Amino acid sequence: MNYLADVRALTRKDLLLELRARDTLPAMLIFVVATFVVFHFALPAGSSRLAASGLLWVAIVFTALLGLGRAFVPEREQHVLDGLVLAPCDRSAIWLAKSLATLAFLVVAEAVALPVFALFFHGLRGSTVAGVALADLGICTVGTFVGAMAVVTRARDLLLPLLFLPLAIPIVIGGVGASVVSDPGRYLGFLGLYDAVFALLCWAAFEYVVTE
Amino acid sequence: MIAARGVGKRYGEKRALRGVDLELPDGGFAVVTGANGSGKTTLLRVCAGLALPSEGELVVDVQRAQVGYLAHDPLVYRELSALENLDLYGRLYRVPERRERIGMLLERFGLWEARAERVSSYSRGMTQRLALCRTLLHDPALLILDEPYAALDTQGAELLDAQFAELHGERTILVSTHDPARIDSLATVRVALAA
Amino acid sequence: MGRTYRISLPGLAASSLVLVTLALALIFFVAPTDADQGFSQRIFYFHVSIAFTAYLCFGLGAWKALVHLWKRDPNADLESYVAIHQGVIFGSLVLLTGSIWAKISWGHWWLWSENQLVLFLVLFLFYAAYFMLRFSVDPGPQRANLSAVYALFGVILIPISFLAIRLAQHFIHPIVFTRDGPQFGGWILATYIVSQLAILVLAYTLYRLELSGKWLDLRLRELRATAA
Repeated sequence: MNYLADVRALTRKDLLLELRARDTLPAMLIFVVATFVVFHFALPAGSSRLAASGLLWVAIVFTALLGLGRAFVPEREQHVLDGLVLAPCDRSAIWLAKSLATLAFLVVAEAVALPVFALFFHGLRGSTVAGVALADLGICTVGTFVGAMAVVTRARDLLLPLLFLPLAIPIVIGGVGASVVSDPGRYLGFLGLYDAVFALLCWAAFEYVVTE
Repeated sequence: MIAARGVGKRYGEKRALRGVDLELPDGGFAVVTGANGSGKTTLLRVCAGLALPSEGELVVDVQRAQVGYLAHDPLVYRELSALENLDLYGRLYRVPERRERIGMLLERFGLWEARAERVSSYSRGMTQRLALCRTLLHDPALLILDEPYAALDTQGAELLDAQFAELHGERTILVSTHDPARIDSLATVRVALAA
Repeated sequence: MGRTYRISLPGLAASSLVLVTLALALIFFVAPTDADQGFSQRIFYFHVSIAFTAYLCFGLGAWKALVHLWKRDPNADLESYVAIHQGVIFGSLVLLTGSIWAKISWGHWWLWSENQLVLFLVLFLFYAAYFMLRFSVDPGPQRANLSAVYALFGVILIPISFLAIRLAQHFIHPIVFTRDGPQFGGWILATYIVSQLAILVLAYTLYRLELSGKWLDLRLRELRATAA
């Protein structure tokens, strides 16, 4: 139970930091709505449901990227991450806490984005929302992990999208499939598989990202 | 507590540390001196467990939870208050009677008044004093301090002197410094690094 | 620094030469012409062999990455890097040969309906990022760790992406270009086996060649540093 206590303490810290800074979440909200407006003009008249659903997923991935890019900024400054790594807690707790905090922000952003999407384009199916929920898990676990990797490099913000997007392709496929197909079960199942496999990999491997 | 034989550290081709021997028994006080770039910080990082030696043997006979490390950077969140920072570390290090200990340390290092303000508003001396609080919070058996006097103001330096006097012999201490004269009287082991 | 191998590099080079020549001879002169696609179908002997080899290279890269993380073997990081480098080279060739086949057979340089091709595109992007990552970190244990972890992610991504791409075909509704697989019998099977073996040996030769070059380079730099 010590592990959970550590995760809780760290997640609280991350949520607290965002509450103080109040920059990431508003930025994500504005970004996602602006993206929808751009999509409206980018889509030709009479576009299929598939096209609009596809664009929803593009918006989600890039909004998430915006948030993920900010995730490790407090630790990057002045190497605060060293302080966490020195602590006796399991290093994977650092990753898990950060993922949960990022997930919280992404969910809040989507709580606004999805209704707006339903308003601007066509309605929203239950399977789409389920897809978004499952995809969020994958995006946050993998994205946070890869964000930690990007933060120690010279290229930093440049590198995060490059590392993240190839890994996000299966998520987008699963999500779009769940949004448009008549029996979305397979796609939702696939998203669940992705989440399970990559969460396990991230959990096991994070130790090596922050230590020598 | 620390036994190092021929310890070296390389980052790719760059050599940061070359063939260091160090024998620090429990309760000892080691002072590491050397010019800039001679590897003082690297040696301390390796002893703290933040880096692995590329060569040589190193035995540090103590668990991670028992090590207190003061780095060049204060390792505190600037957007949180002193209290919040220490509370986080207190939880992670499972410090017993966390609140009391935090209060005691903040008071001892003259930060009680500023405890609820964000670290970003602190002076450099205050931040370094907070870093000292963080280092001492869990009452570590092994204290590793990287040039602790460098960022301290006079008040902080005196407090640190008092702390050293109190802990001498009770805890194992490894300090790197540019100004060995100040703590030379306490040293039981001396290491001089060549660039 | 570096390992001692049982099979020498010149021996490997000679074997590759022999096998590749044999494979080419079989592909162009012995294997029967495909009824549907004619001469262009021969590119498949390359295409499939190269694809399988690329998967193996990525697998080797991931295996060496695991060895690095787990056993702290000092050679493993460079071996992982070189294996992945070979994988990317052969992966690019998959994209190239696949594209050529598509153009010859269907008149398009790219086909989204070809699962293997799309998979290699995703993998190419992933491993391109691997190189960006590697070159954005200074040499040292951290770079080795990050590369190793990313290599492991890559090898897990292969089956997951493949599954995803297959699922994607259901809603993208491509114009499905059916390809009747060759009947695996007689000379076709023999030609395929020889081609596969040839490409595998060639890949391993290049792997060993690049590795020895890199070890030499490192050794020279180290000697220079000690002499200075």
